[in-house]
Amino acid sequence: MISKIRTNIRDAVAHIPDGATVMIGGFGRAGQPIELIDALIEHGVRDLTIVSNNAGSGDTGIAALLAAGRVRKVVCSFPRQSDSWVFDRLYRAGEVELELVPQGNLAERIRAAGAGIGAFFSPTGVGTELAAGKEHRAIGEREYVLEYPIHADAALISALHADRYGNLVYRKTGRNFGPIMATAATITIAQVDTCVELGALDPESIVTAGIFVDHVVAVGERSWLADGRFVGGTDPTGITLPLSTKEIC
Amino acid sequence: MRRLPTREELAARIAEDIPEGAVVNLGIGAPTLVANFIPEGREIIFHTENGMLGMGPAPSARRLDPDLINAGKQPVTERAGAAYFHHADSFAMMRGGHLDLCVLGAFQVSENGDLANWSTGQPGAVPAVGGAMDLAVGAKEVYVMTDLFARSGEPKLVNTCSYPLTAPRCVKRIYTDHAIFDVTRHGFRVREIFGGLSPHDLEARTGLKLHD
Repeated sequence: MISKIRTNIRDAVAHIPDGATVMIGGFGRAGQPIELIDALIEHGVRDLTIVSNNAGSGDTGIAALLAAGRVRKVVCSFPRQSDSWVFDRLYRAGEVELELVPQGNLAERIRAAGAGIGAFFSPTGVGTELAAGKEHRAIGEREYVLEYPIHADAALISALHADRYGNLVYRKTGRNFGPIMATAATITIAQVDTCVELGALDPESIVTAGIFVDHVVAVGERSWLADGRFVGGTDPTGITLPLSTKEIC
Repeated sequence: MRRLPTREELAARIAEDIPEGAVVNLGIGAPTLVANFIPEGREIIFHTENGMLGMGPAPSARRLDPDLINAGKQPVTERAGAAYFHHADSFAMMRGGHLDLCVLGAFQVSENGDLANWSTGQPGAVPAVGGAMDLAVGAKEVYVMTDLFARSGEPKLVNTCSYPLTAPRCVKRIYTDHAIFDVTRHGFRVREIFGGLSPHDLEARTGLKLHD
């Protein structure tokens, strides 16, 4: 019987070696696989290259991995946040390398890796310092820059439900990088709130097909849901109201 | 308007110009305010690059959902007809030319429409670009919302950007607290002036050649 469901979260990440490139899903805290990252920290690997949209916030998740000294390099689009103090300190001290990639190029490079594409020409970044030194080509009326895929040894992602085949459904903007990272890694590990019986997920609604997923770990329902219904109540992620207008104007 | 608009009034002025049916991305910061001033009865769809079309306003504290945030990582809501998608699809919507309009903040805009809004290039600063470059090259029209003058007093509309570019030749219109400018083949054209300055005063204060 096929089953990708693992009962021990540490077993799920145990084969990630030192020096690995690890994709970590999430946009800010939404969809960040906190429990898998904690297991990775406990597993003890070091010298990692992390591919993620951000470089951690607060002291949990990616920030905790950075603080534990396990990361050599971060490939991301937006490391600087109001609460990215862990990354900021390590970066300024020269203890972590940064490859800054425009967000859409980051997403497409991950998608390309998962889709078996050798490279692609993107209009994003042309005429900017982030495209300096890269091959450019005019195609039709437009200038493009050559971008290469990003493969990973492992992807850690977060979804809402899985079945034993590894089919995944997500929740709202927590989906973000999960579906593309799942395709781009040698081993994809998904943490989910709950595993459901085979056949319980509507085949029309499955976002990531199980072929892209190797291990599934159930970590329990997120605290703002109760039996699948939104109940809110707590603010475990620390996001705050009201809307801020001070960043760029 | 004989006095200078507040930031909210400027957001409302931008909202007036967004046509019925447009699919719009609002950049982080002040442009986010535009969503609060869409005229009654006008149907606009908001895109947020972290993976959603049909974004609604901020929720009450009780309805705050950590899985439902915008590109600025602030809590938002979902409108009827909303759709979620992954990041590669979200940026395909930009690069593929499907997004009608984006409104972005800026450090500088040059008279040929170059935009600088992601880095001041200061040594020691942690760089961050996010989706700014993708939006600037991808949206069919790029509007900028900004104060005309930086806190230092320097104009943000310039002959040539001194800050690192986000994208060349992408900005179509700039909404500032002193005037609205279009970027034309000949440079900046004043579209509408707020407050008491004349076009000549604006030229004197910005050092720019402005066209009628």
